[in-house]
Amino acid sequence: METRDLLPDQLTDLGENVHRLIKYEAELDQGFGHTIARLAHGEKFYTCIQCGTCSATCPVSHFMDFTPRRIIAMVRAGFKEEVLRSFTIWLCASCYSCTADCPREIKITDVMYALKQMAIKEGVYPKRFPIPVMAREFYKIVEKQGRNSEGRLMMNIAMKTNPFRLLRYAKVGLKLFRTGRASLHEESIENKAELKALLRAVERGKEATK
Amino acid sequence: MKYLYFPGCSLKSTGKPYEESILSVFRSLDVEIEELKDWNCCGATAYMAVDELKSFSLCARNLALAVKQYGGGQDQPVQLIVPCTACYSLLLKSQHYIEENPDVGRVVKTALQEVGYESEGLAKKVRIRHPLDVLANDVGPERIKEKVKKPLQGLKVIPYYGCLLVRPYATFDDPYNPTSMDRLIQALGADLVDWPLKTRCCGGTLSGTIQGVGLRLGYLLLKEASRKGGELLLTACPLCQFDLECFQDDMNSRFQYKVHMPVAYFSQLIGKAFNLSDRDVGAQRLFIPMKLQAAAP
Repeated sequence: METRDLLPDQLTDLGENVHRLIKYEAELDQGFGHTIARLAHGEKFYTCIQCGTCSATCPVSHFMDFTPRRIIAMVRAGFKEEVLRSFTIWLCASCYSCTADCPREIKITDVMYALKQMAIKEGVYPKRFPIPVMAREFYKIVEKQGRNSEGRLMMNIAMKTNPFRLLRYAKVGLKLFRTGRASLHEESIENKAELKALLRAVERGKEATK
Repeated sequence: MKYLYFPGCSLKSTGKPYEESILSVFRSLDVEIEELKDWNCCGATAYMAVDELKSFSLCARNLALAVKQYGGGQDQPVQLIVPCTACYSLLLKSQHYIEENPDVGRVVKTALQEVGYESEGLAKKVRIRHPLDVLANDVGPERIKEKVKKPLQGLKVIPYYGCLLVRPYATFDDPYNPTSMDRLIQALGADLVDWPLKTRCCGGTLSGTIQGVGLRLGYLLLKEASRKGGELLLTACPLCQFDLECFQDDMNSRFQYKVHMPVAYFSQLIGKAFNLSDRDVGAQRLFIPMKLQAAAP
């Protein structure tokens, strides 16, 4: 976007750092809201009255760059880029307070999940941010072994974000080993071939319904 | 009645004391339970963030395994005990979506059939039960009271339910003010402490990813629990227990108010009141020793 688009010619001297702070309708992704509504099984998504109950009841909204209420409004309006790159969708700890309290019965937690899935699929989450990294590493471990191994997961997250993270968890980790609550043993199911076949069949089913 | 049991990944590692105490308590109450064979991960909150349909299918395999192991040809649904509240809520959520959403149902059921499982009626054929539900409603506080050998007179106990046990599906308790753990605490002879944060989020996996956010949530719970005079906080979820117990040192170096609160599983306290050994209930695995004696007045 050119600064010239929005400022009178005599102001362009202000330099490269001046950016337009609003978005024109033509730049929005008009289909975004409908895609998310479909992914989040949300026929009720468009009935949101912007009351803000979700933001009030959310235990982490004060850490979010956009509150849940704003996310809903932004999704509906088509701010795809901003929403998918936000920290909000990853800070959602999936406690379902918003879903339980929404007067319109919108499944807001599912909306957050749909946004996370799309952000991962399109690779647009904040880089080296540990929450999406954890989701992907968890997914990979379970896909392969059928069960999660907590120690392995923590190692993988550290390697993909910042190995020094492990120092922060060293004390707790050692205590877990000492009390027999952690081990190096990798958990796994017996019938891994069957699980693999099942997940492949799901992939095929998804392709067929597209 | 026989129950099947789905441990989930956490109960085999950080949540080991939960598994040990659940099994011991049910054994002392003569409740027969059997582990689900070759169960797989429920997907938890992380897998759902990558692929929802696969997440439902992971749960569906577990449901199909339960039917295969115990439910074939029965009129009554299989009773599947699920102590981890993440597994509990994910299995329930999958049942709802597979039944209620035709697009989800079609893909998941077809995939299950392809690998040779029965796929119809998984929501009706398997009843997902939390051990709190089984203890409070099937066994009942009266029978638990009879088994108590060491009453916990005067011990101030805080019941903490966490989020996923009652949300989004409150199957056996009130979503805003659950009371099943309360009734069990009273049956043990302890003092029940009422507090407003029974179902507020503990921080979940944020304590392992973004500590500045995750630890604050847990800290707020512990601070309020201490303010109310609680001497022992009880949880019903392996992640709640881990977040609230294991990071107290980190919370104390980060935040102003100092917390020091024993955090145990409700099943551990029941076991101790039944006079089971520390080993039976996994008490030696806790970072902060479980408190059983009320402070002198």
